[in-house]
Amino acid sequence: MEPVIDNAPAAPLYSKTLTHAGMWSGVISRGKTLRLTDLEGGANVGLMLYNADVTVERYNLADTLKGQHIFYLRHPYCLHSDMGRVLASITADTAGWHDTVCGATDAKLVAAKYGAFNYQTGRNDFYRNGRDCFLIELAKWGLGPRDLIPNVNLFAKVVADEAGKLSFVPGHTKAGARVDLRLEMNTLVVLNTCQHPLDPEPHYRPRYVRLDVLASAPPAANDVCRRSRPENERAFLNTENYYALRA
Amino acid sequence: MTRSPVEPGTAGYRLVVPAGEPWTHEIKRGQVLRLVDLEGNQAADTLFYDAHDPANRYSATDTIRAQAALYLTTGTQLMSTAGEVLLTIVADTCGRHDTLGGACSRESNTMRYALDKEYMHACRDSFICGVHAWRPDLGKRDITANINFFMNVPVTPDGQLTFADGVSAPGCYVELRAERDVVCVLSNCPQLNNPCNAYNPTPIEVLIWDPA
Repeated sequence: MEPVIDNAPAAPLYSKTLTHAGMWSGVISRGKTLRLTDLEGGANVGLMLYNADVTVERYNLADTLKGQHIFYLRHPYCLHSDMGRVLASITADTAGWHDTVCGATDAKLVAAKYGAFNYQTGRNDFYRNGRDCFLIELAKWGLGPRDLIPNVNLFAKVVADEAGKLSFVPGHTKAGARVDLRLEMNTLVVLNTCQHPLDPEPHYRPRYVRLDVLASAPPAANDVCRRSRPENERAFLNTENYYALRA
Repeated sequence: MTRSPVEPGTAGYRLVVPAGEPWTHEIKRGQVLRLVDLEGNQAADTLFYDAHDPANRYSATDTIRAQAALYLTTGTQLMSTAGEVLLTIVADTCGRHDTLGGACSRESNTMRYALDKEYMHACRDSFICGVHAWRPDLGKRDITANINFFMNVPVTPDGQLTFADGVSAPGCYVELRAERDVVCVLSNCPQLNNPCNAYNPTPIEVLIWDPA
């Protein structure tokens, strides 16, 4: 596994600890770093990214995978948009494997797996699901079901056998695991900490996750994420051209 | 691998979609849709929508999650973003179909191959024309992770993703039964920069049968 590359200063511009099925959305401008830390071990962060200025441009699963010949995300790879550009680069990563293909839980799955536990019974410990959390946060930016996209599951490891059968790997991350995403575009970040849909753990227990936003240096010409693939170099060029026109 | 009991001659609808063209058509609940890879190794990039609610559409991740498997074949239920079954694959003489590789676009071609490949025809342009043929109020928001029938994108146990030569051959087909009224938007892939179409895009035949 690649070592942690700590190129972001320590003092965050913004911090928040997500508890319960914590959900969050916000616009983070180009050049800043979003740091997510698994505070308990075994966290899952469902993540979707959109170009904050033109939200019809968004994270694209296929372009991210085929552009980099990868099945899971990790340092030094990037999250690509559907317009040939880079939304975010993974500049540091102690988890080493982030699932890209399993999507999110929905109400039916949560009820089947954990049982029913509604607000009337549980007050704010009630069971939420990933899909509803995504839709709630999307709505605050004028987006809705048409804008649901295949999400990333940060901190989750799911492996495929030769036949394509998937297995969730329990215990993949320990407390303190973290991943840094340097935003290469002005980005609407939509996330929640609902458990992974294939996590076999029988208990409903989203883990605490800390979210920090930090100032970071712009990528240098020899930036390791930019240089990790020729495809990424071209996607960075496309991104620079986009901002040259908007500036 | 599962063959279908129905004969092509009994289909109520038959059309050959030339290479590089979109095709948009409603499939009623209970109808069976067959796609035939006429000449072999041709990717048929395909989206499905609930015919009465385009926001409820095919979801690659919900389909993968529901079956805990990456590839699509006989028995796979194609799930929607609302967690409902849109169609079921009822026959397949190819063996596996991809839903990770997505569709080519002019923009992604610049990233994947070279900046000067931007002019080349691509599936996501066909998808835009394809959804507009159904409803002009739909657009890029409605075009997301698709199925690539007849395309082989194996993931290795160590997590590499490769575009392998097809497992399809001339005459291979896949058949789907609609579990609700759906609209199919297909782009017969024009990609010339990788082996997904054997560097020679060819026609796909579509057939539809009414419920038996």
